[in-house]
Amino acid sequence: MIERSPFFDFVSYAAMVIGLVLVLIPFWVVIVAGSQSLQEVARVPFSMLPSSHLMENIQAAWARADLGPKLINSFIVAAGVTIGKITLAAFSAFAIVFFNFRARMICFWAIFITLMLPLEVRIVPTYSIAANALLPFQVLLDTLGITWLVQSVSGVQIALNWNLLNSYTGLILPLIATATGTFLYRQFFMTIPDELVEASKMDGSGPMGFFWDVLIPLSRTNMLALATIMFVSSWNQYLWPLLVTTDRANFGTVVMQLKALIPAQNGTPDWNVTMAGALIIMLPPLLVVALMQRWFVRGLISRDK
Amino acid sequence: MERRAFYRNGWLPWLLLAPQLILVLVFFYWPTSQALYWAFTLEQAWGGGNTWVGFDNFLAIFADNKYWATVGRSAFYAIAATGLSMAVALILAMFADRALSGTKLFQSVFVWPYAIAAPAAGVAFRFIFSPEAGLIGAVNQIWPGIWDPSTVGWHALAMVIICHAWLGIGYNFIFFLAALQMVPRSLSEAGAMDGARPFRRMLDLQLPLIAPTVFFLLIMNIISSFTDSFGLIDVMTEGGPIGATEVMVYKIYFDGFKGLDYSGAAAQSIVLMLLVISLTFVQFKWVERRVHYN
Repeated sequence: MIERSPFFDFVSYAAMVIGLVLVLIPFWVVIVAGSQSLQEVARVPFSMLPSSHLMENIQAAWARADLGPKLINSFIVAAGVTIGKITLAAFSAFAIVFFNFRARMICFWAIFITLMLPLEVRIVPTYSIAANALLPFQVLLDTLGITWLVQSVSGVQIALNWNLLNSYTGLILPLIATATGTFLYRQFFMTIPDELVEASKMDGSGPMGFFWDVLIPLSRTNMLALATIMFVSSWNQYLWPLLVTTDRANFGTVVMQLKALIPAQNGTPDWNVTMAGALIIMLPPLLVVALMQRWFVRGLISRDK
Repeated sequence: MERRAFYRNGWLPWLLLAPQLILVLVFFYWPTSQALYWAFTLEQAWGGGNTWVGFDNFLAIFADNKYWATVGRSAFYAIAATGLSMAVALILAMFADRALSGTKLFQSVFVWPYAIAAPAAGVAFRFIFSPEAGLIGAVNQIWPGIWDPSTVGWHALAMVIICHAWLGIGYNFIFFLAALQMVPRSLSEAGAMDGARPFRRMLDLQLPLIAPTVFFLLIMNIISSFTDSFGLIDVMTEGGPIGATEVMVYKIYFDGFKGLDYSGAAAQSIVLMLLVISLTFVQFKWVERRVHYN
């Protein structure tokens, strides 16, 4: 035990309390403003004490931003992306770690390099892909001359087309590929002792048997950690849903609706309604993180290694 | 690094990898090559297809002073947001690492900003910093016009940077705390025996030992400040007032989708991509060296 230092303990607490205030101010302001009436929220100086209008503000925000269906959309998208990412990451890492085939490292790098290609740098072309997800295959067939061949032999012109705009598929599918997930699963699979594989082989089970009966149960905690990170990041997506949905009424997500909640330039500055809406929208991922803290921290950290 | 590979079924690993590889090909490599193609071509009017123009698109954006202003602004944004966020997170982690009662509670709360969607924080900070909303408004009543991000450019930029920094606190805190907890306690105790005061021990013993984490986070934060600012800016300022918060990502979006200048937007995307790639390489090099140290 290190020597006691009341002065330094005091400094530590003081620093942490200041940090707490810094971190909590935005949360507190959202709650307080969201609970005030229009008169209260417009008052100068702003009162930092909550008032009693939270429910009516929530109802107003709910109606204005059409939050009911949007929340359902957000849950569908976040769940779809999370499940998809976990599944594909586990499959890919399993193939890369436990199989002996020549291209395993090439495959790993092909997935890993996508970390350097964030959506932001390929938004315009990715949008055009979403309008026709089969376009790359069409181009492949065209350049290989297959389109020409098929057309001259059978008279049928190959025209592949799959529009992803305004669909759950479009909202989910392009986000499912995951370098981070594959990497984390790979890290975990590498720690599995060889003996376990040998034992499973002796039991006469094949690779898929080993995967389902041994690896998946063992990786349960990792899966929870990954699921938390992925749920948060897909719930919080803004740019991609914005691009892929023109039909906001049916396919909009809640985070996109934040902009619709901001008071218009010359409109009533009803920030109370805005904040009530923001509260609803930021709550689900916050709850997930607060509940899963122990696991998800572990998941994040192992990315470092 | 390689482990013994146990199975050698010819087609099974490919079947397992296929979905991921197809998605990566369709949504990452194809659009990226498409962006490259657009960056070196120009679309002809009246549907005449694309013609090869070499580096013309790049020369055009480099000749544009407004583009350089955007690059400079993005660099400032990245440095300021990263510095602010990391400094706060590091200080909090250093103090929260000590075995004091109640630190667990503090630790959980410091992670919260990680869970918040950037646009949601953007809305909250826009209200906090809005001159008519009363939080800053009280100050504005005493000194009229001292703060107004809707008309004063650097006020708007500062507001966005502060919000970005706040959002990064949770993520940075997690990594700093984990790194600090890996530093053996015995080291601090030895320092104490040598008569080092708590502050000295923090600066001379703990900080150097977590330097790799500091560097790792530094690059991570800079990359994310360059790329992740879209949602924030779109909700807070839309690049205004008069372009004062227009960063590289926002300009790509704006030129591409609003200006319909695909070639210009593609050329800008390639520049941003090269930036991200070179930062990532710096990080890899460092990680490599770190491995050698151990």
